[in-house]
Amino acid sequence: MEEGVVNEILQGPLRDVFDSKQLITDISGSGNNWAVGHKVFGSRYQEQILEKLRKSAEHCDSLQCFFIIHSMGGGTGSGLGTYLLKVLEDEFPEVYRFVTSIYPSGEDDVITSPYNSILAMKELNEHADCVLPIDNQSLFDIISKIDLMVNSGKLGTTIKPKSLVTSSAGTFKKRQKPFDAMNNIVANLLLNLTSSARFEGSLNMDLNEISMNLVPFPQLHYLVSSLTPLYTLADVNIPPRRLDQMFSDAFSKDHQLIRADPKHSLYLACALMVRGNVQISDLRRNIERLKPSLQFVSWNQEGWKTSLCSVPPVGHSHSLLALANNTCVKPTFMELRERFMRLYKKKAHLHHYLQIEGMEESCFTEAESSLSALIQEYNQLDATKSMPVEDLPRLSIAV
Amino acid sequence: MSIVTVQLGQCGNQIGFEVFDALFRDSHCPQGLCSKRENEAYQASCKERFFSEEENGVPIARAVLVDMEPKVINQTLSKAAQSGRWKYGQHSCFCQKQGSGNNWAYGYSVHGPRHEESIMNLIQKEVEKCDSLSGFFIIMSMAGGTGSGLGAFVTQNLQDQYSHSLKMNQIIWPYGTGEIIVQNYNSILTLSHLYRSSDALLVHENDAVHKICAKLMNIKQISFSDINQVLAHQLGSVFQPTYSAEGSFHYRRNPLGDLMENLVPHPEFKMLGVRNIPQMSENSLAYSTFTWAGLLKHLRQMLISNAKMEEGIDWQVRPPVSRLPTLGKMSLNKELHFNTSIANLLILRGKDVHSADLGGFKDPALYTSWLEPVNAFNVWKTQRSFNKYEKSAALVTNSQFLVKPLDKIVGKAWNMFASKAYVHQYTKFGIEEEDFLDSFTLLEQVVASYCNL
Repeated sequence: MEEGVVNEILQGPLRDVFDSKQLITDISGSGNNWAVGHKVFGSRYQEQILEKLRKSAEHCDSLQCFFIIHSMGGGTGSGLGTYLLKVLEDEFPEVYRFVTSIYPSGEDDVITSPYNSILAMKELNEHADCVLPIDNQSLFDIISKIDLMVNSGKLGTTIKPKSLVTSSAGTFKKRQKPFDAMNNIVANLLLNLTSSARFEGSLNMDLNEISMNLVPFPQLHYLVSSLTPLYTLADVNIPPRRLDQMFSDAFSKDHQLIRADPKHSLYLACALMVRGNVQISDLRRNIERLKPSLQFVSWNQEGWKTSLCSVPPVGHSHSLLALANNTCVKPTFMELRERFMRLYKKKAHLHHYLQIEGMEESCFTEAESSLSALIQEYNQLDATKSMPVEDLPRLSIAV
Repeated sequence: MSIVTVQLGQCGNQIGFEVFDALFRDSHCPQGLCSKRENEAYQASCKERFFSEEENGVPIARAVLVDMEPKVINQTLSKAAQSGRWKYGQHSCFCQKQGSGNNWAYGYSVHGPRHEESIMNLIQKEVEKCDSLSGFFIIMSMAGGTGSGLGAFVTQNLQDQYSHSLKMNQIIWPYGTGEIIVQNYNSILTLSHLYRSSDALLVHENDAVHKICAKLMNIKQISFSDINQVLAHQLGSVFQPTYSAEGSFHYRRNPLGDLMENLVPHPEFKMLGVRNIPQMSENSLAYSTFTWAGLLKHLRQMLISNAKMEEGIDWQVRPPVSRLPTLGKMSLNKELHFNTSIANLLILRGKDVHSADLGGFKDPALYTSWLEPVNAFNVWKTQRSFNKYEKSAALVTNSQFLVKPLDKIVGKAWNMFASKAYVHQYTKFGIEEEDFLDSFTLLEQVVASYCNL
């Protein structure tokens, strides 16, 4: 809802990729106010947005899913973005809605981000098919790790130029703006997610399969993602141990794109999307190896979804994207709720929201209870973690 | 008589290609260990069953390829065409852009009715090319969305439209530790529907074939094409032409009919498995020799101890001493040691095949009491060797071999169903909880029936 970012894209190297008629901008922005984004701009631009969406959809032989990419803490992405979700659900009910959401980190400079995030969460709970939460702090930590590797100049470790998950241009020596590098990670996430739909492989996986396999109950659709490897060493021979290391890393908390530790929480489901020269036996070997250290919910003890795509990403010989439906997202949500409560109890900054037409205090309380209900679901699942897995009595047949 | 193959989904199409390739390569193999005239008759018979002729002489597989997304079919078509030896019909495929999302309900309730006409038309065209139809061979996986759901729908349609032709479904049993999270749901829905509409279910387990690749073929990095090639070898050893009677030079004309007649005496018991011996990498083949006595001894023990391959066989298992009727339901908790058979068919190919002694298989202790061994056991012997193996024996068995895997899948699906996980994904497309319960009931019945042999 302001022109600066869009204009920059239109003048950048990718300007021809974007159809200039498919852009909507306004002047003043949303002022980091979810209500402005959702209620004001939402209704103002609904028609225009619908029209442009229909136009894009017409060009598709078979429209399968929408990707929504936004942040939770601001005004436009958060407010208008979630308004769009509802529009998409009404207009294209059979098309999947995948949302990549950047959650506010512990230290972020937008004071009202907890309000914006919680209000947006309610919409995500109700109208998204699948959400991939990501937070800036984790992305930044990953970059720091890479920088350390690159600049440490350890003996014998030279990194292949194009292989950094943070850089597409291979110019890792140049001082880049940190957000470019961080965003590149998210871009790679989306690339790997869609790789099996775009390229051939011996075990394909489409986007509709993600929702089918990883969302056991409609409200539990938050998936923690991790990408490995972060870089490839220039060493050409890849002994199987390197490959196995890639699998182990995918489950470590340092590689997750959100603050989470899946290994010590409960898995509801897990998907492994492998790209490159990896065969089914490698995949199986690693699943067998890692399974004992992971806890799965009682009704999904062997809940793995796997896919093999033959084409690796640029600069790598193989890569792995792991998506986990795991109770380790709970701390993020609980923290968010806490920050929200701290502001809301004092009614701080509330007037900016309430002065917008259509906003009432009930919006806030409803959003908070929606989030609390979600947290409660995760709590209930966690409670089953240490219970022994028993087989339920089966139907008995009269012989 | 000809067999029309229907390849469904990624699995079905990938396997189908390997099967046709194996059949073709074997029938054109010059080292048949038999006379030239016999070899030519073998080739002609194989061709009549599986291929039709085009003007420029390149054989076309009698197959219909179906998938809900285009990548695999395109790959399959081009692989076949590239080989230059045989190919698929240009217009024999049906393809969409959407995929089935691993959702049985989507494959069965949405894709099925929507594309029924187009798919059945394609099959009809293929049937018309046959002088006389032996039946249908449907290749599908149980775990996915297209093969399983759409496969069940198509099989049902075939039963309605071609009620006089036989249908054999080649089903791939998924890996125990998951390729797909909802595979157990998809599997039980598939099995219960196929049990009602198919004539026989030929089952191959991914875990078993994987072990064969690892232990017997010595492949280090096993890929799906390795697995599919082993599968194709096993299927080829069953479906390639065999003599119709002892010492005759005429090849059997109705492969599916003969298989069913020998192996499926009762509609309650439809699950068939294949054991093939020997299996090894081509390099080792040149240095190995076998005797029929040795091969048959191993195969018999594989049958009674329910081993999937010739390594690691449990030689302790013995048939029960006296044929007392089994009292009540056999508990599944204790190890199901002895594998009782309903019917067995042994297919022997190669050198000195007539000298093979089959006494071990005629032992009544191997079989249930309601069939005489003379009816329960059959053997087909053919001089012409298969796939460069000097001697090769395949055992197609209708026995208790699948009880434990089936019970496991039903158990896991039941546990998941009790928590209602993922059920909303199925009810979205018209498969209700009652449908699940019906499937569970049918399969528990099947498990109980097999246990009580």
